[in-house]
Amino acid sequence: MGWRLIRTYTILVYLFMFLPIAVVVLLSFNANQFGSFPMTGLSTRWFETLWQNEAIMRAFRTSITLGLMTAVVSTVLGVLASLALVRYAIPGRNLITTLLIAPILVPEVVLAVALLLFLNFLNIGKSFTLLLMGHVIFTLPFVILVVQARLVSIRRDVEEAAMSLGASPRQTFFSITLPLLMPAVAAGGLFAFTISFDDITGTLFWKPGGIETVPTQIFSMLRNSISPEINALGTVIIVLTVGLPLIGAAVARKLATKSAG
Amino acid sequence: MSAVSLTDIVKRFGDFTAVHKMSLDIAEGSFVTLLGPSGCGKTTTLRMIAGLLDPSEGEIAIKGKRVNDVPIHKRNLGLVFQNYALFPHKTVADNVAFGLNYRNVGKDDARKKVAAALDLVQLPDLGGRYPKELSGGQQQRIALARAIVIEPDVLLLDEPLSALDANLREDMRVELKRIQQRIGVTTVFVTHDQTEALAMSDQIIVMSKGRVEQVGAPEEVYNTPASEFVAQFLGASNLLSAQCTGVSDGEISVEVSGFPKLSIPRERAPKITSAGPVRLVIRAEKLHLRPAGSSVDNGLSVDATVENVDYQGQSARYFLRAGEHQMQAVNMIEDHPFATGEKVSLRLRNRDCAALPAVSES
Repeated sequence: MGWRLIRTYTILVYLFMFLPIAVVVLLSFNANQFGSFPMTGLSTRWFETLWQNEAIMRAFRTSITLGLMTAVVSTVLGVLASLALVRYAIPGRNLITTLLIAPILVPEVVLAVALLLFLNFLNIGKSFTLLLMGHVIFTLPFVILVVQARLVSIRRDVEEAAMSLGASPRQTFFSITLPLLMPAVAAGGLFAFTISFDDITGTLFWKPGGIETVPTQIFSMLRNSISPEINALGTVIIVLTVGLPLIGAAVARKLATKSAG
Repeated sequence: MSAVSLTDIVKRFGDFTAVHKMSLDIAEGSFVTLLGPSGCGKTTTLRMIAGLLDPSEGEIAIKGKRVNDVPIHKRNLGLVFQNYALFPHKTVADNVAFGLNYRNVGKDDARKKVAAALDLVQLPDLGGRYPKELSGGQQQRIALARAIVIEPDVLLLDEPLSALDANLREDMRVELKRIQQRIGVTTVFVTHDQTEALAMSDQIIVMSKGRVEQVGAPEEVYNTPASEFVAQFLGASNLLSAQCTGVSDGEISVEVSGFPKLSIPRERAPKITSAGPVRLVIRAEKLHLRPAGSSVDNGLSVDATVENVDYQGQSARYFLRAGEHQMQAVNMIEDHPFATGEKVSLRLRNRDCAALPAVSES
């Protein structure tokens, strides 16, 4: 009896969460020119108009570029920071870790305004580079958390063995530590990419005039009308942000089982 | 020229001195064991030789060359850890070949050397496997192969057998010694296990609290402990307060209450130079239990009562009371062990006793 209630309740919660998403995906294939029910037929016309919409495609390219660059910068910085924090006795290690993780805890609006005010104070105008920096700030904690957790599990004596066999510290890093760290690096990079790709709050504050990312583009399109194109775009984004991490996780798991010690 | 020499080495961590001033010469080709309980400084010493720790003071030389400022990867050492430390993402063959990549060894040559090393550790067919597919014993053999394939100047073993289960540990002990003798590499072995130390070493360095307690061949360390610590750490010993009543050329006379008068050979009491209080050391396995009242054959006899028996199969450990002394004896069991409460006669021989100065000098 109790279990049946819980089961029903759970199903309802999931329906509440996922039904709207399913509706978006469903309606993106609607032939009707209004992005709502009833459906008049199946069609991929909204994907075609989406493809031909120069503004959206530009936003899409911007988002991809920004996401990739954020992922690369965040991952490199995150790995370096994790190495320093885990492998070396740095004074104030806990404080530094907390500061690096803090952007997750601070509300994004606060972070966004703070960075903007700081730029104003420094008399630096908005630019793509600064937008990138902003994204790096709030994706870095995820990379650090994932990479640190993995790094802790890589035994120091494996690295010591490599050095005793003649590998310099740098060679040891590239031939031993980094390959063993790879699943975490890949996961961190994927996190950074999807979070950056998804972000709207910070991006709205930081983006220079004339540059739109996919979320800000949708946002401005919604202000005028609800076009079915947005449904199609939503579907594409879902595929990207859900599908990519799933693939990534699968790859990471495969790497991990291959190299588990 | 010694393979490794430590001169006045000291290692401090903050206020804590892990290794007190220590000097040591390790002969080329010898198997030397650093033996002691955890925290005695043996691993710290090994890590300083390896270059994983810098000594706070003193000089380390390998093959006569000062290496204090030489980083680990340029010292040409083989290092084997307790937890094998194989590279989990590389095959066994790539693990073994790893060190050769940093030496001028051609591809064909490297392949031959790897095969020879795998042969030596008797795992010639596992080259293509990954470490996690191997058992603990196999992994440790591979770790050994990886360390010796580079023909190191010194092989450093940090408790390499401790992670293995008991039966395997004995096999590996024999195996390790065989390989070491075969290739003749100078070996420094760290362990807390006295059996391993006694079985494998040419020389044992017993350490306690960062200090060297005794350096000597296994038999020497076992038979003539230089301190109470050594006497108790290597095997079970009975330590009794005694009185030395005379020193002559060949032996010293020792009196213990309730014991017949003992005449201990001088070489078993090298530190006793004059009459006075001493500590008498008798190994538990050198005290032989006989039924009370059985005839005394040449040796010395002390009456005692069995207070407790720790039955161990082929042998038994007896906790005994002899007058004011509580003692332990470990004897092989012939038919049945003696029972708790049984009166027995303890037999001992003069030459199985050793004497130490009463106040341990440290």
